[in-house]
Amino acid sequence: MSVDRRTALKGVGATLGAAAFARALAPLTEWTETLSADEFLQRHYKELSWDEMRAVLRRHEAKTEREYGARPTIEDVRPTPGVEFGYALNLSICIGCRKCAEACHVENNHDRSTHQSYIRVLEMSKGSLDMERGRADYDHPVPQPDKFYMPVQCQQCGNPPCVKVCPVEATWKEPDGIVVVDYDWCIGCRYCEAACPYHARRFNWRKPEVPAEEINLVQAYLSNRIRPQGVMEKCTFCLHRTRNGRLPACLEACPTGARVFGDLNDPKSEIRWVLENKRVFVLKEDLGTDPRFFYFFDE
Amino acid sequence: MRHAVSYPRFLWRAVGVATDGRLPFYAWMTFLTAVMLVGVNAWAHQVVQGMDVTGMTDHVSWGLYIANFTYLVGLAAGAVTMVIPAYVYHDHEMHDVVIVGEILAVAAIVMALVFVNVDLGRPDRFWHILPGVGRFNWPVSMLTWDVIALGGYLLLNLHITGYLIYMRFLGKPPARRWYLPFVVISIVWAVSIHTVTAFLYSGLGGRPFWNTAILAPRFIASAFVTGPAFVVLALQLVRRFTTFHVGDGALRTLVKIMRVSVLLNLFMVLSEVFTEFYSGGSHTASAKYLYFGLHGHDGLVPWIWTAIALNVVAAVLLLVSDTEKHLRWISLACVLTFVGVWIEKGMGLIVPGFIPSTLHEIVEYRPTETEWRITAGVWALGLMIFTVGLKLATSVFTGKMRHQEGA
Repeated sequence: MSVDRRTALKGVGATLGAAAFARALAPLTEWTETLSADEFLQRHYKELSWDEMRAVLRRHEAKTEREYGARPTIEDVRPTPGVEFGYALNLSICIGCRKCAEACHVENNHDRSTHQSYIRVLEMSKGSLDMERGRADYDHPVPQPDKFYMPVQCQQCGNPPCVKVCPVEATWKEPDGIVVVDYDWCIGCRYCEAACPYHARRFNWRKPEVPAEEINLVQAYLSNRIRPQGVMEKCTFCLHRTRNGRLPACLEACPTGARVFGDLNDPKSEIRWVLENKRVFVLKEDLGTDPRFFYFFDE
Repeated sequence: MRHAVSYPRFLWRAVGVATDGRLPFYAWMTFLTAVMLVGVNAWAHQVVQGMDVTGMTDHVSWGLYIANFTYLVGLAAGAVTMVIPAYVYHDHEMHDVVIVGEILAVAAIVMALVFVNVDLGRPDRFWHILPGVGRFNWPVSMLTWDVIALGGYLLLNLHITGYLIYMRFLGKPPARRWYLPFVVISIVWAVSIHTVTAFLYSGLGGRPFWNTAILAPRFIASAFVTGPAFVVLALQLVRRFTTFHVGDGALRTLVKIMRVSVLLNLFMVLSEVFTEFYSGGSHTASAKYLYFGLHGHDGLVPWIWTAIALNVVAAVLLLVSDTEKHLRWISLACVLTFVGVWIEKGMGLIVPGFIPSTLHEIVEYRPTETEWRITAGVWALGLMIFTVGLKLATSVFTGKMRHQEGA
């Protein structure tokens, strides 16, 4: 009899345990409802056929409309063969107004509440390039007479540490030099964020919030479409613009003309002129990352 | 063919043993289940609301979870401090209890793997990292090496423990060819898991605090502290709660190993500190932040000095105490250094790697309640695996659970 009672008690214990377990996991049901089988099984960007890609894009457009109240046009804009983008920034005339960071925020459908942007502007002390003496959180009129300003964003490295460390190939360098992230493939381990020497990567700590009327509806799969929660993102040189012959939003917003963008392979481009005629340097050159983002001073 | 009958029976009996015991056992398991449920619930909330519920930021993008992961890989690797004396040096007393170390390796690896998974922003995409199924960035990404190292080590130890226990259950002597080659591989593999885990960090040129060649040796040295420390405590509990024989010889050997490794670990910390501070420059910023605080920010200072104090006191206790006469002091030393290394290798190593950030901004990190809950839950899971494993092993090894023909 006592054996029976013991077994019965065990049964009760197991049932209670299972029920408690289900209860503890209950919040997940809400989350799994938003996750479709198509989404779950979607293959890597490079493995999608044109047809599959088209279906994915339409699904994302519908999802954005459903969740954010505005229907964007999401395209898969591909690189132009023979083009390699480069960016240069004139530190002599940058005034630290952060208009570039603001333009990035709007253009790339960044989360409004955290005021996210791919650009951080450092206020540096004249006489030193030591970042330890710089500040990104300055809050006073600019420019200050004893300071200069250095905006930092993704350097689109020729030898990107972030790409190296990604365990699932969710981030890679495109033929035109832009390092991109497949937001639908990233597992959110944040190894790339640890590896990046330029603080260029951002994680979606929560679902981005953007009011319907503020959403930039011109979107691309690999750039400014609204990112899912829990994945990495980064500056893409606004590939949805630049691959269609336009300039990056940060450049267009700059009131002093400090920014120069173009095709490094085009000998007549302005960026080539800068590289050939100015004293140019790159950040943390000693790390061997081979940036495609250059800084220069006027004489 | 007879295994087709006896193995399911073994598993069935194992389930029985795992769920049957006296009151303290039920109390312990219920307690662990409760803690685990708290963790599971916290994790479910984290998945739904996003990692925003943690204290991590784009500046400090790894925290308590990865700290625990790193520590537990070490604990798993530390189990070889029993395997090497038992199988390489044929220490008979160690051989009798080596199963405890192997079970610890299994439990610690499971915890380490779970910690990585609770750190993922998209756990639903876990399959992307599986070789052959997803896209496995091997051999370039060190994280893929870690998947192989940890997965392989788990399988090796599951096989070794499972095989030895099953053979004992059948009352047969284990066939050397079915476990000895795996034991030899597991020794090399144990070193590899912690080396690869150190390479995860030391390979990052943009993080000067981690970018040091001493990291892997330091990890191994500290693993050889925490592994034996945990086992010394576990063996005493086994002695108290079961009839399984634990000889003093095994404890003596483990303490001997710790006497060396605890000093070696402190020596390596000292070497690191010297190089950082004597050469100076911005390279030293993280170490300054960790040990003394930087520009008024000193969140980790109490942690690291606590760790150093614990490790130094543990070292002294281990050196002056006799294993048999002062087992209490030895046990205390084990507890102290177990915690000390946890801080030093977790919060004291992972977090300062991010402070200051690569653009030299100082953003501090404090784990949130959610992180503590999930962490406690994972530890409860690990302790549960360890408890069940020990219970099964001791029941079989003391002959309480054995195969009866025709029964």
